[in-house]
Amino acid sequence: MKQTNEQGILLEARQVSKYFGDFVANDKIDFAIRPGEILALLGENGAGKSTFVKMIYGLLAPDEGAFYWQSKPLTLSSPQQAREMGIGMVFQHFSLFEMLTVAENIELALQGVHDREKLAELIVEKSTAYGIPLNPDSLTADLSVSQRQRVEILRCLLQDPKLLIMDEPTSVLTPQEANQLFDVIEQLADSGCAVLFISHKLDEVKRLTKRAVILRAGQKVADVDSKKQSAGELAALMVGDEVAHIKRQSAPKQSLPRLSISALSRPAEGPFNVSLKQIELTVNQGEILGIAGIAGNGQTELMDALTGEWIDKSATASILLHKDRQADIELIRQGPTERRRAGVGFVPEERNGHAAIGELSLSENTLLTTHHIEQASQYDLVNDNFCRDYAGQITQKFDVRLPSKNPQASQLSGGNLQKFVVGREILKSPDLLVVSQPTWGVDIGAAIFIRKAMLKLAEEGGAVIMISQDLEEIFSISHRIAVINNGQLSKTYDAATITAQKVGLLMGGAG
Amino acid sequence: MITLTPRRHVAWQLTLLIPVIAVLITILAGGVIFAVLGYEPLETLFEFFIKPLSQPYQFGNLMVKACPLIIIGTGLVFCYRANIWNIGAEGQLIFGALGAGLLALSFPDVTSKWFLVPMAIAAMLAGGLWAFVPAVLKVRFNTNEILVSLMLTYVAGFFLDWLVRGPWRDPMSFGFPLTPSYGDGALISGLVLPGIGRLGQLHWAVPLSFVVAFIGWFVMRHTLTGFQVRVIGNAPQAGKFAGFKPDRVTYGVLIASGGLAGLAGMIEVSANIGQLQPNVSFGYGFTAIIVVFLARLNPVAVIVAGLVVALAELGGDAAQISLGVPKVVTGVFKGILLFMLLSGETLTHYHIRFGRAQTASRKHQEG
Repeated sequence: MKQTNEQGILLEARQVSKYFGDFVANDKIDFAIRPGEILALLGENGAGKSTFVKMIYGLLAPDEGAFYWQSKPLTLSSPQQAREMGIGMVFQHFSLFEMLTVAENIELALQGVHDREKLAELIVEKSTAYGIPLNPDSLTADLSVSQRQRVEILRCLLQDPKLLIMDEPTSVLTPQEANQLFDVIEQLADSGCAVLFISHKLDEVKRLTKRAVILRAGQKVADVDSKKQSAGELAALMVGDEVAHIKRQSAPKQSLPRLSISALSRPAEGPFNVSLKQIELTVNQGEILGIAGIAGNGQTELMDALTGEWIDKSATASILLHKDRQADIELIRQGPTERRRAGVGFVPEERNGHAAIGELSLSENTLLTTHHIEQASQYDLVNDNFCRDYAGQITQKFDVRLPSKNPQASQLSGGNLQKFVVGREILKSPDLLVVSQPTWGVDIGAAIFIRKAMLKLAEEGGAVIMISQDLEEIFSISHRIAVINNGQLSKTYDAATITAQKVGLLMGGAG
Repeated sequence: MITLTPRRHVAWQLTLLIPVIAVLITILAGGVIFAVLGYEPLETLFEFFIKPLSQPYQFGNLMVKACPLIIIGTGLVFCYRANIWNIGAEGQLIFGALGAGLLALSFPDVTSKWFLVPMAIAAMLAGGLWAFVPAVLKVRFNTNEILVSLMLTYVAGFFLDWLVRGPWRDPMSFGFPLTPSYGDGALISGLVLPGIGRLGQLHWAVPLSFVVAFIGWFVMRHTLTGFQVRVIGNAPQAGKFAGFKPDRVTYGVLIASGGLAGLAGMIEVSANIGQLQPNVSFGYGFTAIIVVFLARLNPVAVIVAGLVVALAELGGDAAQISLGVPKVVTGVFKGILLFMLLSGETLTHYHIRFGRAQTASRKHQEG
């Protein structure tokens, strides 16, 4: 380690910028990594981490600035070129063929023709040396997630990389498996390979790395000694202090509960899904409850469980809707239609193909969430007039701008379609509105409009559960805040008093 | 390397034009094939597409030929709209013929035409049952309905073959693989048009096929059932979000299309053949697939498309008789037509680029 630190810089970025249209994904980033160094790249969703490493791996080209590899200018036009230079990358989602063996999957990634027997020997030798033993003849489909990750890692190692990029490698692992992985990474670093470790888990970053580069909104905001900083300081750097100054909403006093969730659990369905662990939550009338969290921590799974697209069949779980002047309604076994009938509205994260269908007209799209209403369809007959009229009301009241009369949903811009799918639910004056990422990818004007509409619904006595990765959004309109991390929901905090640092810690799993 | 990138918007005029262009190119290609085979292209095309319509009675025969295609096609529209690829309508047709045949042969002495009603019901149940097999396998075990339904077609064919050679064979048939002829009540009569009289083989089930197509259009366009089929086929996730049940749609469309194919089988036997024999269909179940694509998955357009494809079938017969053009040419025609339709479909929805696949960086800049 001592020697390697004295060596020169392996990879350097000077003033690297990347734009997608008007959006600045990376803004003049300076960056350097030395051989044998384990460096953490830390940031929220959308901070620009992925864009940055994609440029290093040759998947994207920088618009401004340049990369230098061992002090020589580096221009990559493909990942293959990057691999030839000695840059390897282990992706968060693996790309292995399930029906092939370990050896076959590895052979596919290597250039040129290989002697199968020698390759098999090499796999056994290398994998044992790094303490991640693999049988070259195992069928990939039979391997566990961590074993599959080992195949991915070994695939990189066989190309003798000088720099290994690992994109949130522990997100699919158990704590024990993660510890094994850290041993491998440390061993790699000792042998002189630089490791760029992308993560948002603060305790891991502190444990594994000495240095952390923190990105926020496309800019490098800090380059710090990760051992000296506390998890709280790292969280604050990651989240930034802008959100601390946002004027918060204060929770309405003495409000009655609208929805009580208890003991909601869900096993992970696939290797890249998160399991929900004993979710407990109460939302009151007249408030917006914001659920913050970094993408992939169970938001999708929670949303499905709330809409009824996935149903918890366990005996203990409960989702109880409290109605005014009516008996409470147990929703846990109900599908989406029954939940809507009970007075709940939903806006899922994905507009295209989930909340709306691009190929269908707007009036047909209203039917997706109104078909249980008697005026919309009765005796299986669809009332076209009702649908057109309802779509017209949405477009008028929610300022949806149309290119033509009753266009296909695909002809609307993202912001207008989002106003439409949000308006479709709010117009029904639901007792409870559940929204996920309500302003993701929409223009500022539409975002403000949607946030105001949700606040108005809350003022009128409705309750809103808002799942969002946008902390600014969470802080500016929530009355109370909870954080989801790795399928666990934190307790609920008053938005007026919780600090940004506390939210950052909870998001990083260190709260 | 060829890369396909989806187009943002597809003009609706193009959607209408594609089938017309496909038919024209097919006719053109047909002319070339005739020339290569040594036939006078124009004369043969005339023989193929114009001659079969030169006499009024031939219109009747054309509609008779189109009748099963329209009925089967209507059912397949529902399947394909739901993204369920039932390729086994031919087998479901055979089972329908068997279901109706069981009744007809069990009660040979019935003379009332009302007997056709229970026969039609039996045919639809039997056809639906045969389509239920791929449905249940798909829902339970996620098997591929294309393979299962196609393979079951051959099972149905052999089952019919065995029945007419074995247990159901007419003892008086001098060893021919035929069942006894159906009784009067089990036969569909010819249709006498007021003022015109009989028009070729035209029978009562022809107007019924038009009614079926219109009902199909109504269900697809104006009912929640049809809406569910379109939603699930288009975006399954949106369907689940709406609270629709994809499995139920899979069962529904397969059983409905199987039932309609079965009805077509019963009509074919009761109107045209009069008894069961090893072959009860001229591949209508397969030809209907082309009809459905020509109709762009619209039940009313299935009527027109059914007539166009039926014309090619009749033309094949006529050209074989008058000029000795091999009957297989009809099959080639159908193949070219389907190919043209599918490529037209692809070209309207995608840009095609030749050359090496571009790197991600450049794609991003374009996007």
